[in-house]
Parts: sequence; C-alpha cells; structure tokens
Amino acid sequence: MSTSTHESSVTAAASSHGGAASLPRRVLAQARFETMTMIRNGEQLLLLLILPVMALVALTVTDLLDGYRVGDASRVDVAVPGILVLCVISSAFSGQGIQTGFDRRYGVLRYLSTTPLGRAGLIAGKLLAILAVLAVQYAVIAAVAVPLGWRPTWQAVLGSIPLLILVALAFTGLGMLIAGTLRAEATLAVLNVVWVALAAAGGVLFPVSVLPGWLSWLVAWLPSSGAGEALRECFLLGTVPPVPLLVLAAWAVLSWAATVAWFKWV
Amino acid sequence: MQIHPDPVPTSPATTTDTGPALHIENLVKTFEGRGEPVRAVRGLSMAAEHGKITALLGANGAGKTTTLQCAQGLQRPTSGSVRLLGEDPWHASPALRARVGVMLQDGGLPQSVRPGELLRHVSRLYADPVPVAELVELLGIESFLTTGIRRLSGGQKQRVALAAALVGRPDVLFLDEPSAGLDPRSRHIVFDLIRRLRNSGVCIILTTHLMDDAARLADYVYIVDRGTVAAQGTVAELVSAERHAPLVMSITLAKEHAGLLRADPPWRTPRFDDVEWSVQDRTVTLTGPLDAQRIRELTAWATQNDNLPEALSVQPRSLEDVFLEVSGRDAP
Repeated sequence: MSTSTHESSVTAAASSHGGAASLPRRVLAQARFETMTMIRNGEQLLLLLILPVMALVALTVTDLLDGYRVGDASRVDVAVPGILVLCVISSAFSGQGIQTGFDRRYGVLRYLSTTPLGRAGLIAGKLLAILAVLAVQYAVIAAVAVPLGWRPTWQAVLGSIPLLILVALAFTGLGMLIAGTLRAEATLAVLNVVWVALAAAGGVLFPVSVLPGWLSWLVAWLPSSGAGEALRECFLLGTVPPVPLLVLAAWAVLSWAATVAWFKWV
Repeated sequence: MQIHPDPVPTSPATTTDTGPALHIENLVKTFEGRGEPVRAVRGLSMAAEHGKITALLGANGAGKTTTLQCAQGLQRPTSGSVRLLGEDPWHASPALRARVGVMLQDGGLPQSVRPGELLRHVSRLYADPVPVAELVELLGIESFLTTGIRRLSGGQKQRVALAAALVGRPDVLFLDEPSAGLDPRSRHIVFDLIRRLRNSGVCIILTTHLMDDAARLADYVYIVDRGTVAAQGTVAELVSAERHAPLVMSITLAKEHAGLLRADPPWRTPRFDDVEWSVQDRTVTLTGPLDAQRIRELTAWATQNDNLPEALSVQPRSLEDVFLEVSGRDAP
C-alpha cells in the first residue's frame, strides 16, 4: 500500500522515455496473450479440441463416410481433412470471433488500440494466436488419428499447411466481420449456430454431394465446402483443386475488405 | 470567467512539444446512422498543458467522451483539428501512443484474465515500462492481483485500468470519468496519484459529470454543453464573486410573515429583471448579479416592520451553479 510520501518512478519528474517496444515484440506479446486467453477458457476448449476429437472418433467408428473412400483410403483418411477444417472454423471463426465480440463490448479493443500495439498490431496478434492454436489442434488431431490408422504422405501434410492458413484467413475475416458489427450476445449466438450448421451441412465433414441438388450447388460456394474439398483432395489425391481454392481466396479477400470497412472499434 | 470563450490561443507555427500537449480547434463529430445524424461535438476548442489537470465537465451526453475519443485517435473527427503532442492522433505512430496513457470510462479490461497477467502483458508493449510490482504497490492492487477481473469491484477495476494506463510512463494521461464507481478508499488512492502525476509534469485530461471532482482536482475546467464549450477557466475564475458577478441570496421568512412572499416582493419589479429567482415554501432563492444596492433592498424587504427572517444568506456561486447556468439553457 502506498502513502502520499512514497516516491516512485511513476511520479518521478521528467521520466525518461523508452517509447514503444519493437513491432515484432508487440505482436508476439499480443499473440501470446490471446493464445493464453483462448485455450484457458473451458467453453473454448470444448469448441477447439473436444468436439473435433469426438467428431473424428465418431466418423471413424461409424460407416457414415464409407461411400466417399477413394482407392485404399481408410475411414480415418477421409475424416481427418474435414476435421482439420472444423478445427480452423472452431478457432478462427467461432473462438476468436466470440472472444473479439466480448473484447469489443468491454472496451478491450478500444483500450489496446490506444497502446503502442495499435489496431493493426492487435489484428496481427489475433491472427498469430489463431495459427498457434491451430498448430496445437493439428498436433492433437494427428495424435488421435494415427493410432486410428491415419497414414498421410508427408507431401500432403506439408501441402495442408498453406491451405489451412488460407482457410484460417478466410474464417478469421468472417469472424471479425460479425464480431465487429453485431452486439456481443448476437455474435455469440450467430457464431455458434453457424458452427453447427457448417459442421453438419457445410461441406466440411461430408462432401457437398451428400446434399440435395440445389442445396449442394449453393453450399459449394461457401468457404467451408471450399476448404473441405481442398483439404480432402490434398490428402486423398495429392492434388490441389483450383475452384475451391479460388472460392476460399475470394472469401478471404471479401471478408477482410468488409471487416476493414465496417468493423466498429468504438 | 469567459462565457462564449475566445478561441484557444493559436500558434500556427508551433505544433511541436513546446505548445500545449493537446490542442483541439473547432472539433466537429457527427455520427451517421439510422435516422437523424447525431451531432455529438459541434465546434469545440480546447487546450491542455503539461503539468496541469484539465477537466471536461458536463452532463451525460454533452460530448465529453466523444471529444476524448477524437483526442485518443479512437474516432476520426468529422472536421476540425486535433493535435496531440504535435501529431494527428488518428494516424498516431506507436512512438506517440507510447507517450499517451488512456483509462477508458468502462475500464477496457478483458474480463477473463487476472490483473497481474494483464499488467505484465501490457508492459511488454513498451520499451521501458514501469515495473509491474511498482504499479501494484502504488495502486494497492496486491490483494486482488490474482482474482479474475470479472469478479473485481468497480473501484478495483478502476485501479487496474489506471495502472494499465500508467505502464508506459505517459506524458499525457486521459481519464474518462476516473471516479466512477470508486469507493472512498480507491478515490483517495486515485486522486492522490493523479495530483502527484500532475506535479511531475504529466498533462492530465479528465472528464467528469461530478462538480466535486472538478473542484477538487482540476487546474482548468471546460464546461461542455451540447457539444461545445459553454464556459472555461480555473475553478476560482468560474465561481468568482466580483462586484457584478452573480451571487446566490437565499431568504427564509418566519411562518407568520410568509404571506409577504406572495405580496409584491422586489424581485418581481423590473429592477430585478436580470435576476433568476424561485420560491419554495417560505424560501426565496435569487441568483444573478446581486450588487450591494440590490442586497440592501432585499434585506430591507426581509426586515420590514422590524421582522426578523428565519434565515438569510449570501454566497458566491458554486461550480454547480455555474454549471447549471451555462448548460442546458434551452433544453426541453
């Protein structure tokens, strides 16, 4: 407890200025802080890890995916690409979107954008945190999938990384757009409902071909199905399909442009 | 005291650190939305100096917070000029932001972390931060350092928010309603620290809707009303009772003479045209330029026939009287 006679460097006259920490240090500090906040929250952990792992196990022990096996691919081989996309939607879209919505409501975004971090540093920190969480998710999914018989080629694993980063970019943009324009409660509701909808019928876990004709045509233009198709083809055929890739890139560009234009910081 | 003030002294050539720390000229901020655009700030000019506490005093919705947000770079002005330490805060560099501390009205604290974690994190954004332990001691945060921010009292949250605003050793400190939700102990800690920061040369800019805060803390006060400065000056200047400056006179008649109030009192004559008055029960309160002659006349009226009034007082105006006088004049 201080007394009024206590002198401290805070109130020492003419305190010298060190200024801001360097840009990489600021962004890394924010990324670390955001990562810690994301993975420590119980509900978030459910969304980020427990539900994807449960879905992986469910798709491996049931015969739901048997119709989509290509060549000698096992059930788990067909399941993992979609599960990885589900992980990205959990972390980049729902997880970070909900966190950002509440940060905005409590003025955290305003406060941090007045510090040397700034608005751009804040967004960069969030993106890095999403990628860090995604790395943890990938490792956990792999650790569960390999004992279940998952045997990807190393080229596919390597190729999946830039693809997943693109998926993360598109879904972070969408999550930020919703978090930056709706109220926090509405953001929470929308992001959770959309997570369920995309997981069930967004072309994530199952190819769009399971859906009735007109719906499958519509869903094929969603970033979720673009991501699902791209990752499945990458792991199962060793190629990257151009159309889903373009769909994803378009969503990434449009969602970030809209976020920059409409995000309400205050 | 100046009502409808002169423009803030301008020095076009010097927009560097030698001038006021914050310089706002003719700021206008209009919010477009559904329906009518909201004109939150309508041509506000002000300046704030190093080593001084400058208060923006006004009712809720007067435009104080919006003005502060423009000064902090959180809002882009519709028109007008804002210079913070010689720079445009909307395009603030990290170096400028490192010199400015901000404590927001609602704290701006993430709810799910603990004060210690937050302060350690924020300190990593600066090259030479105040050691967290020092801030913790200074603001008496120790006892709730590891309690989730969500569970802190209003006063505890305010202290954490102030600590976060001070981590970077700011030259300019913005405090939006610093005493909101403060218990007496937190208030003492916070006010004491604010004064010491001022003495060390920090420019402190605070908003408040509490006269008492402004009177106790501020070196210079801007009374903000409907988006513009309605009056400005030191507290002493604003309440000063010069010869023709307004005073408040209050007379309470004894029960048996109360009827006089409804007879033909002096304030109903044209001689008192510029004096505001109100009668409540047996008391009349008059506010306005009460010079010696008017006070004599009122006293003579109250003591006619050798009556003695129950109470009679003459006082300079309080900051509150000034505030009520200059603000909300044609409010519905």
